[in-house]
Amino acid sequence: MTTEIARHWRLNAQRYQLIGEVCPKCNGKIFPPRDVCPYCADDHAQPEYKFSGQGEVYSYTTVNKAPEGYEEMAPYTVALVKLEEGPLVTAQLTDVANDSVSIGMPVEMVTRKLYTQGDEGLIVYGYKFRPHLVAA
Amino acid sequence: MRDVSIIGIGQIPVGEHWEKSLRHVAYQAIAAAMHDANIERADALYVGNMLSGEISGQAHLGALLADFAGLRGIEAVKVEAACASGSAAFRHAYIGVASGLQNITIAVGVEKMTDDIGSKLTAGLASAADADYEVIHGVSFVALNALIMQRYMYEYKVKHEDFAGFAVTAHANGAHNPNAMFQQPISQASFMKASMIAHPITLLDASPMGDGAAAVILCPTEQAREFSDNAIQVKGSAVATDSLSIHDRRDPLWLHAGELSAQRAYHQANVTPADIDFFELHDAFTIMAALSLEACGFAERGKGTWLARDGEIGLQGKIPISTRGGLKARGHPVGATGLYQIVEAVQQLRGQADANQIANARLGMTQNIGGSGATIITHIFEGK
Ligand SMILES: [Zn+2]
Repeated sequence: MTTEIARHWRLNAQRYQLIGEVCPKCNGKIFPPRDVCPYCADDHAQPEYKFSGQGEVYSYTTVNKAPEGYEEMAPYTVALVKLEEGPLVTAQLTDVANDSVSIGMPVEMVTRKLYTQGDEGLIVYGYKFRPHLVAA
Repeated sequence: MRDVSIIGIGQIPVGEHWEKSLRHVAYQAIAAAMHDANIERADALYVGNMLSGEISGQAHLGALLADFAGLRGIEAVKVEAACASGSAAFRHAYIGVASGLQNITIAVGVEKMTDDIGSKLTAGLASAADADYEVIHGVSFVALNALIMQRYMYEYKVKHEDFAGFAVTAHANGAHNPNAMFQQPISQASFMKASMIAHPITLLDASPMGDGAAAVILCPTEQAREFSDNAIQVKGSAVATDSLSIHDRRDPLWLHAGELSAQRAYHQANVTPADIDFFELHDAFTIMAALSLEACGFAERGKGTWLARDGEIGLQGKIPISTRGGLKARGHPVGATGLYQIVEAVQQLRGQADANQIANARLGMTQNIGGSGATIITHIFEGK
């Protein structure tokens, strides 16, 4: 399954470090990276931009019936996280009980196992978000 | 461009057809539609389907079904746009005739869901979403809709019970449709007690998956009378797209592609929402019914559930929806759904909707949604 490995390897910068882009024309912060700016349609080369990993829960739900390859993790919480730089990302929440999540809750990025690919045991790592511990 | 009319319809009951393979259920619908139109040949066959490769291990449905239907030799291709595949196939059959390149075309939608009912099916359905940035996080198709619904309820201060009317209405209508997967009415009370699938979505917010096939025959309007004395004209046909992922949308609570395709279809048909007599919308989940009504101009933003609350979506209401049960009760055989919607619209406009007939229905609209809103296809039909 080398093609499967390549499919994940090429996304390592996004999965491990939330590397997106910043548009040279409108200064919009872009994640995931794309070839045409979603804000102003500019298609010039966009320099890399590292997101802080800080954000808040925009929406969330609990997956009980998981897709193939995720069954053993269920139930788990998935969320749309609003990054402080603007974009929304889809990710799992971790280190938090499914029933204690709320919209607006501050969260921060951590790197965790996303799933194990069945046949060869290929483990894919990437970003998840956990509650941000606000200093008292 | 030529005017185009529908001269034949065919469908099989949605459900678990364990004993039949994909080609058999598709052929049944095609044969019924050809019989209805009284034709034996066609110039092209367009097949709407999403998951045949993943579930049945079968790609290349165009040639397979053309051959199996006794039409070997004709032009035939599969059209895929996730849950909107059926309407996408119809759209191509329409373009074929409208352009003058083809004279008689067949659109069939077919899906065999029950060949796999486990996590493989869940994963297949999720492939309508962004593989690298949504699906990799273990998000199921239900969960994507739940993310939208949760935020919608928060933003517009809507309660879960406010969505009950969509499910209750669909089941009330499905009770009189012999092709519906569920033909029993449900109560508001049972909606409130339904078991949770992905918070806030319960079993009665979600449409059931089943096997199904539905087909229509198209020809130029000027020739329609040769085949049928109750031909239904296509007045508007439009496809629009949005980002595959929810997180890439400007407003995750707005079906931009729904608005775009509806506006284009209204413009082509030269009508406004007030002229539409009934609306077969894509109630895969109750939240999608609300969003579709808003995007198409039947309700203000955040107020889609008000139509359900006020009884305006029933057969006697201002804008009847899911008049034969919708996805919720008729069932949602993914790639076939768009063609069931169109077949049901034709039944209404022909006056063949039996107990669910809307008096004097002249203009009907269908809207078929692919994924969580990335492909949305709107059609407007006119009867006599
Ligand atoms: Zn830009």
